[in-house]
Amino acid sequence: MNLVTPDSGLLFWMVLIFGIVFFLLWKFGFPVITDMVEKRTRHIDESLRLAKEAEERVRSIADEQNALIEKARAEQNRIIKEASVMKEQILRQAREQAQEESAQILQKARTEIEAEKESALRDIRKEVALLSIGVAEKVVRKELSSDKAQTAYVDTLVGELMDNIPTKKDN
Amino acid sequence: MRGGVVLRMYRLKFIWAIVAAFMMSAFFHAAYAQEPQGEDIDVSEVIFEHIGDSYEWHITSWGDKSIAIHLPVIVRSRSTGWHVFSSKHLEHGAEYEGFHIDPESGKVVDSAGVKPFDISITKNVLSLMMSSLLLLVVVLLTARWYKKHDGENEAPRGIAAFVEPIVMLVHDIARENIGEEDYRRFSPYLCMAFFFIILNNFLGIIPIFPGGANLTGNIAITLVLALCTFFTVNIFGTKHYYKDIFNPDVPVFLKPIMPVIEVFSALMKPLSLTVRLFANMLAGHIMILSIVCVIFIMAKYGAVIFGSVTLVSVLLGVFLDALECLVAFIQAYVFTMLSAIYIGIARQKAE
Repeated sequence: MNLVTPDSGLLFWMVLIFGIVFFLLWKFGFPVITDMVEKRTRHIDESLRLAKEAEERVRSIADEQNALIEKARAEQNRIIKEASVMKEQILRQAREQAQEESAQILQKARTEIEAEKESALRDIRKEVALLSIGVAEKVVRKELSSDKAQTAYVDTLVGELMDNIPTKKDN
Repeated sequence: MRGGVVLRMYRLKFIWAIVAAFMMSAFFHAAYAQEPQGEDIDVSEVIFEHIGDSYEWHITSWGDKSIAIHLPVIVRSRSTGWHVFSSKHLEHGAEYEGFHIDPESGKVVDSAGVKPFDISITKNVLSLMMSSLLLLVVVLLTARWYKKHDGENEAPRGIAAFVEPIVMLVHDIARENIGEEDYRRFSPYLCMAFFFIILNNFLGIIPIFPGGANLTGNIAITLVLALCTFFTVNIFGTKHYYKDIFNPDVPVFLKPIMPVIEVFSALMKPLSLTVRLFANMLAGHIMILSIVCVIFIMAKYGAVIFGSVTLVSVLLGVFLDALECLVAFIQAYVFTMLSAIYIGIARQKAE
């Protein structure tokens, strides 16, 4: 049965041709293809990895930005609150100080008026005393002339005196 | 959706191509079978003519005229040295330069009936040369595409888009079965085996020249392929692999038996590879040829039987041709896969 006995001529040619073709394709064929495809696979993997990394970085940057904005807003609120508190404080202080000062001024004025009044009363008292002395002197002097005149005189003096008192007090 | 439609269209075209191929094959077979006019056809002769080797490539017969390519006969006789001549001179049992074709074996013998050293370019050898040339051109053109283009940033186009997936299929088989470390060393061999087998399988299905030679259904071809795997496995076998064969970790009473079994199994591996591919392809060819022959056997039984049998035969033939396309791929895949597994076993490292 020649179907299952390998023919020597065909064996010879098969070994020769298969050997040559295999050598050529092993040197110049298949490795070129597989190397390039593997290189491309690596390149694609690398690119995908880089893309993922970049995406992650972008996301983290956005997060950072949001955090920053949040922080800035908080700071703003804090500053505004602080400012309003300070304003209140300053106003209150100013008011207190003004009140104090006005109270002082009033006090001073009152003391001055008091002092003025004292000195005025003292002056009046002195004047009255002097007038009294003068009246007394004149009365004493007029006694020597007549009683009538004396009395009249005293009346006039007293009248004068009474007129004079307000003018004196005005001074 | 569109891809589905296109795919279906392709599938339809594919089926039509097979139908057309089959019709043509039926036509040519018919032309051949008509040669012995009026006689019953000898089915086994038709089949063996197609699956066997011969010194001429018979393409068809047109009426009485036979159209064939006469191939060179190259023989070396012990007594008279080298002889190179066309097989035209040996037609119909004629003798030339002291040689004739022995009708028993179909081989060239000298007048004493002794077989000379015979490296004639037979039908199978010519088919082998043409398919090898085609393989070389296809793969080298693909490699050239990668050299000319920036394969890293460019999607493969043209021939590269066709060849690359097949190469990578085999490359992945190699990686899965041999391991990350040194699968790159063996991937080219596996690619070569896969491409060689699948190309010749498909060429064998095509019924007319330049296809039609039963190359992968020839035991010499599959034997060489299997021996390549055998030598690759045993030359690159690691210490661990040989220890497993000659001194495996088994109970003492098994020690003398195990090497015998292991050596036997190592020798059986190439044999099973040889026979699996050879038998599958041969059986496929015989099945299709038988179904076609049924048509011509039935020719004399009247129009009704002839017509109905022809219809059944054509449908069955289409089915078998489609099946052969599947088998052509599966056998190439199985051979490559098993080779990769055997190499993977031989490359094992001690745990």
